[in-house]
Amino acid sequence: MLSSFKKTEFYKSIFRHSYQDTQRNRALQIVDNVFLHLHPVRVPRHAVNLGFTWGMGGITFLLYIILTITGIILMFYYRPTAQYAYEDMKYLMNDVPFGPLIRNMHRWGAHAMVLTVMLHMFRVFLTGSYKPPRQFNWVVGVLLLVLTFLLSFSGYLLPWDQLSIWAVTVGTNMARATPLLGHEGPFGAQLGMRPDNDVRFVLLGGTEVGPPTLLRFYVGHCIFLPVVATIFMIVHFWRIRKDGGISGPETGKKTF
Amino acid sequence: MEQILEIITKADNIPIILLLVTVLFYSWLAWSKMKKNDLQEIPEEAKLDDKVQVWPYLVRTEFIVSIAVMAIMLIWSIFLDAPLEEPANRALTPNPSKAPWYFLGLQEMLVYFDPWIAGVVLPSLIIVGLMAIPYIDINEKGNGYYTFKERKFAITTFTFGFLVLWVFLIIIGTFFRGPGWNFFMLGEKWDPHYVAVLTNIDFSELFGIPTRFPDGSLNPLAVAFGGIVVLGYYSLAGIYWFMKQNTDLMKKLGFIRYNIVAMLFLTMVGMVLKMLLRLGPVAIGANPIKYVWVTPWFNV
Repeated sequence: MLSSFKKTEFYKSIFRHSYQDTQRNRALQIVDNVFLHLHPVRVPRHAVNLGFTWGMGGITFLLYIILTITGIILMFYYRPTAQYAYEDMKYLMNDVPFGPLIRNMHRWGAHAMVLTVMLHMFRVFLTGSYKPPRQFNWVVGVLLLVLTFLLSFSGYLLPWDQLSIWAVTVGTNMARATPLLGHEGPFGAQLGMRPDNDVRFVLLGGTEVGPPTLLRFYVGHCIFLPVVATIFMIVHFWRIRKDGGISGPETGKKTF
Repeated sequence: MEQILEIITKADNIPIILLLVTVLFYSWLAWSKMKKNDLQEIPEEAKLDDKVQVWPYLVRTEFIVSIAVMAIMLIWSIFLDAPLEEPANRALTPNPSKAPWYFLGLQEMLVYFDPWIAGVVLPSLIIVGLMAIPYIDINEKGNGYYTFKERKFAITTFTFGFLVLWVFLIIIGTFFRGPGWNFFMLGEKWDPHYVAVLTNIDFSELFGIPTRFPDGSLNPLAVAFGGIVVLGYYSLAGIYWFMKQNTDLMKKLGFIRYNIVAMLFLTMVGMVLKMLLRLGPVAIGANPIKYVWVTPWFNV
């Protein structure tokens, strides 16, 4: 039954290659698949060793995908206004089927992603993988680290509970001390900065964390930052391939 | 004991315990790989340079790791609810008010520096400094394999920054900072009414130069003294340059690159020195140092 189905035109139009154990077929399985095509066809043996890579870059990407999916589901149940936000959270946690699971996964996934992104950077540093020709990809990676922090931080505000509003208050209070651009920063007052026109005001949409801040952080968290992060991720992955794949010691042989 | 349990079992603190465990594990793993590689002629990674097919050798690992990660996330999410506290209320400030865990190192810096340094200048320097690493580390060795011997300075500096100034301070901020951001030993009750009695003095006052006159106006001598101390500290970079400028390393680095390295390095060490200036006296019961340099516009 299955084997005859596999012979149909329909099946063959979807799955081009079988599991045939030949070098050529295995290569085709990678290059003919849009998702697996992210990989080269062959890699040095040390690069598939988890002890070398720790797998942290890949896990970070997986967590980003988990966060995107759970995040989209959460958006169906959440309204970013001070009037409704907290009510929607209560609804999500008590009445929505699988609501707590989705929200928990989004929050713990976000924490885990911050952690894996830091470990990824640690590994890349320890193996000297930022050295030529991969200098610029390290720079892109640092930007992605910052974007991860910003994504996590902006998401922190959205539940609109005591924890979120005060954590964000503590964090954004720093902005008022920005040199030149904050009203309490060095030379800020001399440049005409006031609580209602400095960089913190721009960030919060007000002089304190309030309803406009919630909307600002929501749009930043759900649209602006993910789009920017995705673009940088595309560059990051592309550059890994173009810079010769997973780093490894120079062995005289051409490694890519 | 109750207090320890209360902190450790707080759902949002699980990531910090994970952080502690994973960072220790991976530091140990990296260290053992470095030691092994440093004892032999060619690194382990170079012995495994033959090519393998991505299908199945890499894809199957990715698949298994993905399943493991998703299983962990699922179990974690089923058994532990994300916190949802009382509705946001601007009139009720919780004590302590803590930033998200990954910013606790920076929040800790607020003890030692004014917000414009701790909250703005230091984070910016961390980001810029990290991005600069590939361009200021001109050591060609150690590219693509674990080694300590071949890049001692780079590894020591980065690991110190990551493990001590980032991870360790996050752990301090989570487990040891209670109400009023006061330091509490593990197991000590977090008493919201506890007041640490500290009389801060400025660095110049250690040398008998008061920062302010009795009428409250700034003492120009103290301002000048502080400026000399801070600028003098950074001019160590110049002195070292004149001592070493003819060495191969310095010639290869070049004047501009050397100065960027020196400024970033001195800032990192300066952070530690300023922390010690504050913590050291507290430990021996003397008055902690608040500012090294007081000016009408900013304080360092």
